[in-house]
Amino acid sequence: MGLFDKFKSLLFGKGDVSEGTQDEKPVASKQEPVASKQEEPVSAKHEAPVTKAEPADMKVEQKPIIQKPKEEKPVADKITVGHVHMSGCTGCLVSLADNYEGLLTILDKYADLVYCLTLADVRHIPEMDVALVEGSVCLNDECSMEEILETRERAKIVVALGGCACYGNTTRFCRGGQQNQPQHEAFLPIGDLIKVDVYIPACAPTPQQIRNVCLMAYLLLKGNDEQKALATAYLTPLMNLAAAGTEACGCDLMTEVINQGLCCGCGSCAAACTVRAITMQYGRPQVERDLCIKCGACYAQCPRSFFSFDVCGQYESITNLIGEVMKP
Amino acid sequence: MEYLGQYKAVYKAKAGCEDILSKAQDGGIVTAMFAYALETGIIDGAIVAGPGEEAYKPEPMIATTVDELLAARGTKYSISPNMALIKEATRSYGLDKIGIVGTPCQIQAVRKAQLYPIGMRDVPDKIALALGIFCMENFPYQGLYQMVEDHCATKIDNVTKMDIGKGKFSVYTERGVNAQIPLKVTHKYEQPGCHVCLDYVANLADISTGSVGTPDGWSTVFVRSAAGEAAFNKAVDAGWIIAESMDGVKPGLELVTKLATEKITKNQKYIEHRAHAEHEALKPLRNPYI
Repeated sequence: MGLFDKFKSLLFGKGDVSEGTQDEKPVASKQEPVASKQEEPVSAKHEAPVTKAEPADMKVEQKPIIQKPKEEKPVADKITVGHVHMSGCTGCLVSLADNYEGLLTILDKYADLVYCLTLADVRHIPEMDVALVEGSVCLNDECSMEEILETRERAKIVVALGGCACYGNTTRFCRGGQQNQPQHEAFLPIGDLIKVDVYIPACAPTPQQIRNVCLMAYLLLKGNDEQKALATAYLTPLMNLAAAGTEACGCDLMTEVINQGLCCGCGSCAAACTVRAITMQYGRPQVERDLCIKCGACYAQCPRSFFSFDVCGQYESITNLIGEVMKP
Repeated sequence: MEYLGQYKAVYKAKAGCEDILSKAQDGGIVTAMFAYALETGIIDGAIVAGPGEEAYKPEPMIATTVDELLAARGTKYSISPNMALIKEATRSYGLDKIGIVGTPCQIQAVRKAQLYPIGMRDVPDKIALALGIFCMENFPYQGLYQMVEDHCATKIDNVTKMDIGKGKFSVYTERGVNAQIPLKVTHKYEQPGCHVCLDYVANLADISTGSVGTPDGWSTVFVRSAAGEAAFNKAVDAGWIIAESMDGVKPGLELVTKLATEKITKNQKYIEHRAHAEHEALKPLRNPYI
């Protein structure tokens, strides 16, 4: 509890500032020419393109016009987040949206969504603090190859969001031969093409996990030393997953857990599996591998894949902290 | 207090209700807490180790009535993958406030699922009461079967209670104590995954309970989290649980600490051994703890 109070005070010590600037935002924005077309950054972001869209739609010049306000916006205490859609199904983005009002809180206080083709009219990948990349990459699609490279170059932190981006997931089973691009047959998880910093596995990733990563990325980039330490401790396992590779399968439970003498028979893998490919038999997972879609959830959720006493030991204070900061 | 985890209070306690106590392993704390929590709406269902198809082979089940809870009384010294139902409880069962009982590793799994819900959508917010039981080690079902049938020469279907205590594995039938074997004999049957476990008294539970430290028929209870404290105190006030101070209780916390230290030290050594630092020719085995 002491710890929670500490984090709380830390965060709200910080939070006071961030909320303060947020309240002041309209005022602060007056300093800039941007103020003429925006009262409040988030809505402005949506409005600006919408109002400009018809006349400027054809112009490539649109891009700098959109970018300028973003750079000059008083968002010093927010991070910038983009959603990059590769060969995915948008389910990962739906999962982000399934934080319901929590997403609005994040967008109000902690992050500006600077790029997301599904939700906003920014056409080209901008600079951003965090890129949430969904889907794998089709090697036979030049545009996709360019986009994933641009994403890496323009994002400080690249997050592979969901099973496809992390591990290929169902696109592992792609093999071309379908109308009207029968040659589109080779798909790779983004980590095979660029360096990825953080993994959020599973198909679909959970809203709560995406929320946690966004909040921790905010603390990592905008927090004080202690907040950075918490964020680092929290994100480390997800960074380790990213460093560990791009292959996942129900087989991981065998090769990395049971074969390593680590399985304790808790059943987490069976619960995590989206397609119910895992049943527990005599206290051990039995994987129906023809059902497995290679999303990586079972291994990542297993308490014997990674377990941090530092983080999980503070579950109560961290849970309370997340609850506090997610209040609208 | 590292070995016993963080806790707000520790008690010698037992259920206030004879029905619960009649077939409880010790003080009936888990059954009584869940029964009280069900009756008062603290939880709307609990994942417990219910009876399986084979004798003493536990099967995880979601109990939504006190009768179902009563059916799950008693320790089964084998693996019950309770976490396997944690997501389903929020789905087809439609539970909003889940109770779950588990060994220390299962409670660790609960907390990991709350902080890193990778394939556990909606689970984090719906864990209402996680009860942990002390656990030194567990056995695969075949191991338990062999301990009972071969070493204790007892038909497992006739067993009414099993117990590990005072260095012995004891098997009881309706006629009384049938057989005891020294724990030494059981070691080879332990689940290998237990040997990397660094938690004896379910440090991450809301409330953890076990037999060690208190006399027969009573349980040692650690009240740990705010949620655990609120629920436990209310259950005591309502008479569902009788709680007394641990001061002066015979083996007491001293023995709990001793066993916890032994388990954790031994397993820590084993984890270090797995690193194979002393053998250049051997690659290290994976260490899950970071």
